[in-house]
Formats: sequence, structure tokens, C-alpha cells
Amino acid sequence: MTADIHLDQKRNAGAAEAAAAPQIATKLRVNDLNLFYGKFQAIKNVTMEIPERQVTAFIGPSGCGKSTLIRCFNRIHDLYEGIRTEGQILLDEHDIYEAGVDLNLLRSRVGMVFQKPTPFPMSVFDNVAFGIRLYEKLSARDLEERVEWALRKAALWNEVKDKLKQSGQALSGGQQQRLCIARTIAVKPEVILLDEPTSALDPISTGYIEDLINELKKDYTIVIVTHNMQQAARISDITAFMYLGSLIECDDTTKIFTQPRESRTEDYITGRYG
Amino acid sequence: MATTNAIPTSSLGHLSDATRRRLQRKARIDVWFERTLFAFAFAVLLLLGAIIASLMFSSWPALQRYGLDFFTENRWAANVEVFGALPAIYGTLLTSFIAIVIAVPVSFGIAIFLTEQCPGFLRQPLSTLIELLAGIPSIIYGMWGMEVLAPLLRTWFPSVFPAGTGLATAGIILAVMIIPFITAVSRDVINTVPAVMRESAYGLGCTTWEVTRQVILPSVKGGLVGGVVLGLGRALGETMAVTFVIGNNLFLDATLTGQGTSIAALIANQFSESDGTQRSALLALGLILFLITFAVLAFARYLLRNSTGRHA
Repeated sequence: MTADIHLDQKRNAGAAEAAAAPQIATKLRVNDLNLFYGKFQAIKNVTMEIPERQVTAFIGPSGCGKSTLIRCFNRIHDLYEGIRTEGQILLDEHDIYEAGVDLNLLRSRVGMVFQKPTPFPMSVFDNVAFGIRLYEKLSARDLEERVEWALRKAALWNEVKDKLKQSGQALSGGQQQRLCIARTIAVKPEVILLDEPTSALDPISTGYIEDLINELKKDYTIVIVTHNMQQAARISDITAFMYLGSLIECDDTTKIFTQPRESRTEDYITGRYG
Repeated sequence: MATTNAIPTSSLGHLSDATRRRLQRKARIDVWFERTLFAFAFAVLLLLGAIIASLMFSSWPALQRYGLDFFTENRWAANVEVFGALPAIYGTLLTSFIAIVIAVPVSFGIAIFLTEQCPGFLRQPLSTLIELLAGIPSIIYGMWGMEVLAPLLRTWFPSVFPAGTGLATAGIILAVMIIPFITAVSRDVINTVPAVMRESAYGLGCTTWEVTRQVILPSVKGGLVGGVVLGLGRALGETMAVTFVIGNNLFLDATLTGQGTSIAALIANQFSESDGTQRSALLALGLILFLITFAVLAFARYLLRNSTGRHA
């Protein structure tokens, strides 16, 4: 509640905002999180904060637990058996692991885009409208407007406006991924989790998506997992380095890439291992 | 292909005699290997053609004698030499239709349960049990239908099933017999939906019903229809279990629950004691069944081919 008021003031303040450096609210707070796949501990005592309307990037070698960690943020792990978590994740200071949390509602607030594009077997329009229809009853016109808005946000509108009725699975890989991003933002989530969103894409599509992330952070809290350190450096405000399930270091991106506190971070970003 | 077996001496420069002999020998073996494989594959086609040809040849006398009447005559009376295929065709199509109507929702339900909901420790045992169900010989189903199911139906619904046996009873037995097949195929095609597809649907806040109904089932529509048609193919040709419970009434009774017969049951009952026109008429029935089943299975193959490799 207090965060909302703060943000409203921020929006209205305009000029005043520039003068006083705005304090950035915490969107997600991870408290001493541990995660076990059976007996294997994939995440070890992670504690961190993810600031609102910023891009937070997770880097680290394969298998370090970064994807596993962000998959906790919308509890997608709950689909599978044998995964146990301990600790807390607070979304706007409410524990998402508390008993009685509505998972569907949580996932509509914390959206996710995966490494491989996953357009559903339906038209381009329906792909974007799908999530909206789950939670809102909009008139046909409002729905069309919302779909257009989402596709424009995802920088896809101009390419697909004449083929909204075609199958979403007939688009190119880069277009499919932007379609999935449009589908995710169409439901107006508060947090968008991106799990290596560009690793299957060509450089041009990657560029589109990076621009898009920059654009989206005005309205959303973005969390991205990437294997590409240049990408993390280009697009993120905060970078978190993970290694063997532990969070080694988490700080401003410029700081991580210029003067990391930990030698392991430096070794990784300079390519000495990983 | 034979052309690939040419020995590329020129492009490889000079080869020693020993190497050349070795290459020639390998190429010769490969030619024979390919010919053998082709012969095996071709033999199946040949067999299929031969069966169709002999069926046509031996059913010709009856078809010539009765012409179109063979398909419209509503009784099969060997004593007066009147042979109409209609009661048997009606029985075959109706019992299979009833079987599909019952089996499809049940099979899809089991398949969805197994793939989406079932706790891990139950998944394997349940799958195995269902596959075992597919292995029960059809004569067992026939005896069970006659000894258990028919009396039960007669006791519970005497107005609908006055005799217990009949077309609907055969349809129910067929449904039980094809459920394992449709379930197994459905489970396999549903399993081809990539995990990320599920995750992205759940990630939008879908419930299990919404994910299943709107994302998973449409993704594998073709495969599911293919599985159903494969089950239908089995139901159409099933003989033993049907013969036990269908009633073996050779006069058309165009109701759902009446006594009737099917093509396979009629042939099984009469073939060994038939000769002349009757035998030829039975063979013509066989030809009809063959064509119906063939068409259904070809259709299923077509659908299954369209559904594979669609998830990129």
C-alpha cells in the first residue's frame, strides 16, 4: 500500500522527481531461500532484493541455479514433484510461499517468458487475448485495443497486424518470442521473468528484445537470466552473480562489471571459468 | 540406392588393388542388403493385394447374383438363399459407434489424468495396468460379457435390455476393449507437448482445466483423432467378443438395443458350414468389412502423420 502511494506521488511529481533522487522500492525480497531437488540442494541461502521498475540480471555458469531461482518467483516449480523450498519470497512484502496463496493469481502478477518461444496452437490474436480472457471480461473492442497495445509494446504490431488470424506457430522464431512477450504483458503483470529469452534467437531479433526490455522497465519490474554477459551489461541495472547455487554478489551492474567485490565474480566476467 | 554404390575411383585418385577389391566387395554386399529389405517390404504389399484380389474373386458370384440388393436386403436367410448385408453392416457400424461414444471420453480422461495430474508413484503402475487390459484375449471379454454383463444389464434395466444381449451390449464390450488402445495413444501424444508449453500456460495463471482444454488438447488434436480412429478400426473388426453378446439375429432390427449381428460375427458363425452362394456371400461381407476398416485406418494414418513433428 505504501509503495503504491509512493509511486503515485512519483508519477505526479514530475519535475520534483528529478531534483530529489527517488528512492527505489523493493518489489521482490528473497529471504534465506533454499531449494532442494530431492536430496540435491540447488539453491543455498539466497537473500536478496529485486527493485521495482528496474532490470535485474542473473548471470553465472550453467547449472548455477539462476533459472531455478527465478522459477521460484512465480512458483512454477509447484508443477513438479520432489522439489522442496525453504525460506521466504516476498512480493510487495507478502510471502508467496504462504499457505493459501492463489497460484493462478500469483502467476498472473508475475509473468514469465521462456528460452524457447511457446506460441499456443491458436491465432496470433488469440495467443495475446488468451491470458486477458482468463482474468478480465472485456468487450470485443476493448480486447482488440488491449491486444494491439500489447503487440505494439512488444514491437511486433507492424509485422503481424495483417495476419492476426494466422496461427501464432507460423511466425518466425524471433516473432514468436515477441509474441510470447506480448502475451505475457497483455495481462499487465507487475513482474516479468525472462529465462534466457534471446538464447535461441538471431542477433537482430535479440536487438529487438533488448530494446523492448529497456522500454518495458518503465512499467514493469524485469528479472532476466542470461548467459550473455554483454547482454547483462547492456540492459540491466542490477546484476546478480550466482555460482553453485549460492548468490556470490549482487550490485549495480556498472559496479559488478568494473570493480566486483568478489574475485569469483571477476574471474567469471573476465572469462576465466564458466 | 544403386547409384551410390558406384566405386568412386577417379575422385579418390589411385587405389591399390586390395583396396579396390575390398570396396567392390562392400558395395556388392550393400546392393544385396538393399534388395533384401526391398523384397521384405514389397512382400507385405503383395500380400495385401493378393488378399483383396482373392476376396473379390471369390465374392464375385454372390455380388453378381444379387447386385445392389446385396446391400439393401434386410435379412440374411440362408435357407431361402436370400442374402442381405444390411443387418450385418448396420450392426458393425452401430456397435462401433456406441463403443467410440463411450470409450473416447473415458480414454481421454484417463490419458489426461496420467499425464497432468497423476502423482508420480502411481503413474507407472496405472499405465502398466491399462496396457495389460489391452492384452486380454477377446474371447475372455466375450465370456465375461455373456456371463456377467448381459445378466447384469437384464436385471438392472429389464425394459431396455430384455435379453441382456444385443447391439448395445456388444457396443459396451467393445468400448471396454478399445479404451486401453485409445488411452495409450492419447497419453503418448499428450506427452509430446513440450514442458515449456505447459509452463507458459500455467505461467499466465491458467488452471489445469484451462491448460488442458485450450493449450494441450488443441496442440495434439490430430494425434488424438488418430488414436480414436485406430480404436474404431479395432472395434469394427472385433469378432469373438461381439459374437458372444450381439444376439446373432440375422434380420434387421434397426434399434439401439435390439438383437443383431455384425459382419465379423456373422462370418464367424456361418463360414465353416457354408458353401456355394452362401460362402460367396460371406466372402463379399468380408470384402465390405475389409474396405471399411481399410478406409478408417488409412484416415487415421493420415491424421497421425499430420500431427507429428508439429511442436517446434
